[in-house]
Amino acid sequence: MDDLIKYAPALLAGFLENVKLSLICGALALVLGTILVSARVAPTPVLRAAGTLYVNIVRNTPLTLVLAFSSLGLSDTIGLIFSDTPSTNSFWLVVLGLSAYTGAFVCETLRAGINTVPLGQAEAARAIGLTFLQSLRLIILPQAFRTVIAPLGSVMIAMIKNSTVAIAGGYLMESAFVMKDTFDDTGVSIPIFIGLVIAFMVVTMPVGFLTNRLASRLAVVR
Amino acid sequence: MSTNVLFDAPGPRGKLRNAVLTVLSVVVLAAAVYYVYARFDAKGQWDGEIWKPFLDASTWTEYIIPGLLGTLKAAGLGAICALIFGAVFGLARLSDHRWLRVVAGAIVETFRAIPLLLLIFFLFYLAPSVFGGGDYSLVALVAGLTLYNGSVLAEVVRAGIRAVPPGQAEAAQAIGLRKSQVMRLVLLPQGVTAMMPAIVSQLVVLLKDTALGYIIAYVDLLNMGFKLIPAVYFGSLIPAAIVIGVIYVGLNMSLSALANWLERRTRRSHRTAVQPIIPPGGVGEPEATGAGVV
Repeated sequence: MDDLIKYAPALLAGFLENVKLSLICGALALVLGTILVSARVAPTPVLRAAGTLYVNIVRNTPLTLVLAFSSLGLSDTIGLIFSDTPSTNSFWLVVLGLSAYTGAFVCETLRAGINTVPLGQAEAARAIGLTFLQSLRLIILPQAFRTVIAPLGSVMIAMIKNSTVAIAGGYLMESAFVMKDTFDDTGVSIPIFIGLVIAFMVVTMPVGFLTNRLASRLAVVR
Repeated sequence: MSTNVLFDAPGPRGKLRNAVLTVLSVVVLAAAVYYVYARFDAKGQWDGEIWKPFLDASTWTEYIIPGLLGTLKAAGLGAICALIFGAVFGLARLSDHRWLRVVAGAIVETFRAIPLLLLIFFLFYLAPSVFGGGDYSLVALVAGLTLYNGSVLAEVVRAGIRAVPPGQAEAAQAIGLRKSQVMRLVLLPQGVTAMMPAIVSQLVVLLKDTALGYIIAYVDLLNMGFKLIPAVYFGSLIPAAIVIGVIYVGLNMSLSALANWLERRTRRSHRTAVQPIIPPGGVGEPEATGAGVV
């Protein structure tokens, strides 16, 4: 217990890095996922194929590989540099990798949502002369989003937990690394582990609770 | 299958618009691909020299195949343990005894909520202080995968059994079967069929998560490809990443294809009164009539 109190400031700082990563990646992944799903249902075969290819590749690659690749491959070998400060640079590389990865899952979730929108809605949209983008933006996506709020919440919770893998992308300030560092110092400490687990639960449980509440409040009545 | 209804059979203006969109997207995509190609080319990543090791049989026999075997070993052990864990705790959560339900529920919910990497790190550092020195990377990895994926599978098992229509259990009780017989002869055979697709999807997640072993220096495909090969063949990091990426994607996509096939088969099957249950975090896609591409 003493260990937990002694290292609490470092652990809290590490945990806040996870929260920061999650907030940025969550927003970017939602945008990317929406773009990807629009491509996957577009009238252009090229866009559909590109969207499908991206989602199938990224979704089936381990996140550890994605993040290690963005750090060792894209940054160290190819020279993609966001910032001259190493920690800021690796932060944005992790943001890049984690958003690219989560975006594929957001896309798949949204696509499942689009599949639950009844055929009549799309037909009615066409009948009043809406173009593809108009019907997607005004009719299909709003209903799809409302159907998949709860699954999107699960995707976001998975992403918050995945932010600990940032260590594979060379970002050495978030909680997984801080915990490992502390264990190197003091040996294994059960209170520290439990403390971090509770910290994660404090964030993930409200996300699950809120998205479930929103899902039932915003459910499309059919 | 792919009756896309988001857009109508296009008229003259629609055709033109689609053609413009096609050309535009081809140009943008080609530009993006070329940009990446050029950036890689500028750093000499397409040189034959650094790709050569992958034409060499010894690269495969000494690094890639042993790494793949390491990944498959962790995934296989993790899958078996997680299935056992999931079956035990899933059934415990359906028990008639309140204390058993509550305890199993608490364990399952806790392990589902812990970030897997933290769990693996914790076990990795805990093991030596409990069992003495040694290499615990495999043990920590498999134990972490078991506890996390087993907890998710426990939920799948519970959902699968509960999805069997109550009439089935009532009928079984009515002909005088005991509690264990109802479970063993009626509920499990039907439930398992409905669970199979979700179970296989979760095994894909498990296979992908074995890559976390890279962080605790377990010798798996990622470790071989990302640490050893670039160390031995200097400069081959990008080719190695692409090669092992293809292997991972191939493995996972074949498993996913198996899950889809199982799901289609279950929907057609008359051996169960249950529809396939939705994998955790998934969305049901029961109506093929929905808008968009199915």
